[in-house]
Amino acid sequence: MTTNKGMTRRQFIASSALAGGGLLLSCCLPFGRRDLMAAAGKDFAPNAFLKITSDGRVTVIVNKSEMGQGVYTSLPMLVAEELCCDWKKVTFQASPVAPEYNRVAMPIMVTGGSSSVRTEWERLSFAGAAAREMLIAAAAKEWKVDPSECRAENGTIFGPGGKELTFGALAARAATLPVPKNPKLKGGAGTLLGKPLHRLDSPAKINGTAIFGIDVSVPGLLTCVIAHPPVFGAKVKTFDASKALSLKGVKQVVKVEAGVAVIADGFWPAFKGREALTVEWDEGEGAAISTPAMRAEYAGLAATPGLIARKEGDAAATLAAATKHFDAEYEVPYLAHAPMEPLNCFVDLKGDSCLIRTGSQFQTIHRDMAAKVAGLKPEQVTLETTFLGGGFGRRANPSSDFVVAAVQVAKVVGLPVKVIWTREDDMKSGHYRPMWYDRISACLDDQGMPLAWHHRIVGQSILAGTPFESGIKEGIDRTSTEGAADTHYAIPNLQVELHSPKNLVSVLWWRSVGYSHTTFVMESFLDELAHAAGKDPFQYRRPLLEKHPRTLNVLEIAATKTGWGTALPKGHGRGIAVQACFSSFAAQVAEVSLDSKGQINVHRVVCVLDCGKIVNPDTVKAQLESGIAFGLSAALYGSITLKNGRVQQSNFDSYPMVSMKAMPKVEVHIVASTEPAGGVGELSVPPIAPAVANALFAASGIRVRSLPLTPDKVLAGLKGEKRL
Amino acid sequence: MILLINGKKHTVNADPETPLLWVLREQLGLTGSKFGCGEGLCGACTVLINGVPEHSCVTPMKEVQGKMVVTIEGIPEDHPVKKAWLADEVSQCGYCQPGQIVAAVALLKKKPHPGDTDIDAAMNGNLCRCGTYGRIRRAIHTAAEKGVKP
Repeated sequence: MTTNKGMTRRQFIASSALAGGGLLLSCCLPFGRRDLMAAAGKDFAPNAFLKITSDGRVTVIVNKSEMGQGVYTSLPMLVAEELCCDWKKVTFQASPVAPEYNRVAMPIMVTGGSSSVRTEWERLSFAGAAAREMLIAAAAKEWKVDPSECRAENGTIFGPGGKELTFGALAARAATLPVPKNPKLKGGAGTLLGKPLHRLDSPAKINGTAIFGIDVSVPGLLTCVIAHPPVFGAKVKTFDASKALSLKGVKQVVKVEAGVAVIADGFWPAFKGREALTVEWDEGEGAAISTPAMRAEYAGLAATPGLIARKEGDAAATLAAATKHFDAEYEVPYLAHAPMEPLNCFVDLKGDSCLIRTGSQFQTIHRDMAAKVAGLKPEQVTLETTFLGGGFGRRANPSSDFVVAAVQVAKVVGLPVKVIWTREDDMKSGHYRPMWYDRISACLDDQGMPLAWHHRIVGQSILAGTPFESGIKEGIDRTSTEGAADTHYAIPNLQVELHSPKNLVSVLWWRSVGYSHTTFVMESFLDELAHAAGKDPFQYRRPLLEKHPRTLNVLEIAATKTGWGTALPKGHGRGIAVQACFSSFAAQVAEVSLDSKGQINVHRVVCVLDCGKIVNPDTVKAQLESGIAFGLSAALYGSITLKNGRVQQSNFDSYPMVSMKAMPKVEVHIVASTEPAGGVGELSVPPIAPAVANALFAASGIRVRSLPLTPDKVLAGLKGEKRL
Repeated sequence: MILLINGKKHTVNADPETPLLWVLREQLGLTGSKFGCGEGLCGACTVLINGVPEHSCVTPMKEVQGKMVVTIEGIPEDHPVKKAWLADEVSQCGYCQPGQIVAAVALLKKKPHPGDTDIDAAMNGNLCRCGTYGRIRRAIHTAAEKGVKP
């Protein structure tokens, strides 16, 4: 994991210089974007991240995609804090794709891994500070005073004798000055940071003018719907487009690598055209895939030794010598990301240039893949990032499926075209959170605490077969074992093993990645051990976390804020779970009850986060609320299954999500901290499923070891059936 | 075919079976109403038809002839619901919010001071993958307190 820890200011300046002199005015516009150079001489663009115009308006160029987290507010706040500008004059702009905008210490632009604020904090602070020093220098020069006699505040430079000049008035002069090599951060209490400022993107999202990828339009735009393969890996054998082509509005039907593309003058004729299409597929081996068979294969693998991801002490020998041990199998299904905005991509491909407009979390990769398909050089492809109607990892896809398909179509069409995926296309398109099967054996010491924990994990590798494959070390994809191999619990004999079976069903990071699975397994099974030892599940965890005070702290706050141990209405139960991930620490307590049909009602969730220092507490709070809803949808409903190679879910009726009625009351508590910023966006996803499952056990005595926690499993538990 | 959208008449030339959503988005440039499911399951496409919230993704254009259609773009900027949405910072990714706002406007017109169960009933069909439900509920109460003009 890359963090901003240990990146010194000197490295920052050096890396900026290496990246094309991002701090130098003359070099700050290397990406062929003439619009950014508008009125050069009047405007002040001291680096790649901000621009000040003569009217005093500050535009922060944001290199992270806005998909709900509020980066169009939090990242400008980092710049504005050091710039000392007038916040009311700050606006945002999505960055183009250029090395300046790559993630710190990575060769690509990417939004993911709960990393935006923590990786950009330092760079954007220095970007703001450098501009402030240049504005001060310009004023000092004007007034013929020493810069130390001047200060910046709220968009104005103040000098001795009541002198003052606005940023706008100084912008042109500041632009001619050298960029400071070692800008100093102002330090002290923030005027903006830590305040719940309103989001800069809210007005556009509320009045309907925010442009998402699906909203992109140009004169003469064609719309395309693709008949995608019905099973993974299937290829078009033959197709009959005669009926489709007879429909009004349908322009063209063509076979592309992604399937059969129906191109029309709007979505509806394209959609109807696809319905009228007859396609014969060569389904290949993908047609044999079925979830029960896959589960049986995984269970078989879990019975055999895997590659060792973590070994402390000797779990196997300890278990062999134990008089009693506890064994369990856990499983979680494939999950679709299901962002509210289905996948889509606009492409305007000309002879030597390609314009792409889409909601991307993975701009460099998507651009480069588009270039490859178009037969162009990457620098001939312009990718403009729109608002994203949710991402959750789906729009950060190494295979770039939705971009590649659109470029394939554009190559044939020769006119601007937008490919729109229906909900069903999106749902069945793979790139799922992997299905996992876990087998654990544990034994306890004479105090009832875990003495050995032998854990086998079976599931597909996300990194395998991607440009990130080198991240697999000695066969271990860390995203498969995170949350288990790096557990904060002190277990003297711990062994975590991994099997990474291959499968045609494509897999991808899904909000919180490996933790979305391991936290459910670890926290549920630890809860089982606590109950087996006759101990309170909260108290049981405390001594195991002594060496991780921040993890322990969020756990304790969650218990305190909930009133852990106090009486609940009859039939209600509480469950607790904790996870450290993405350089932050989160704990949750859920309160649940059961109805007569076995449906779990989640009444209340208390969520505690320690994410170090904070930019905007309200967007932090919002993201935690969001993660609980997202994780709860998976805990209660989410499951992608296959039969004869076909995905059995298609829309929100068969793949439901939490609705208004099912949404619990959520109480968020954020730990005040001066520690370096940690992640936020994914933090509240992992603990919710185990908190609910543990609460279910507390309420009913039913332990469900597989997600989702559906009524049929609960009712089977009530009847005493032994099943997952 | 002539459609009355946000108080203005528009002449539209399209297959009468075309769902209203695509007429709004592709022919009239009103892209605030969103495509989420195409089946009337998520509410992202919600518009008012004669004051009633409907799924424009499953409403054929021919059915709204002679009826008043209001989209997110037709709800005034100073409407208490839009103001409450801003004040309570409801939006995350924002994709479902136009549909949420339209549904909330309809609810408050029918019931100026809704209780939580009214909100559950009226809003349950508007899904939000970002899980902004708590804030939607709060913003509806905020708008109710400020008063929605009949």
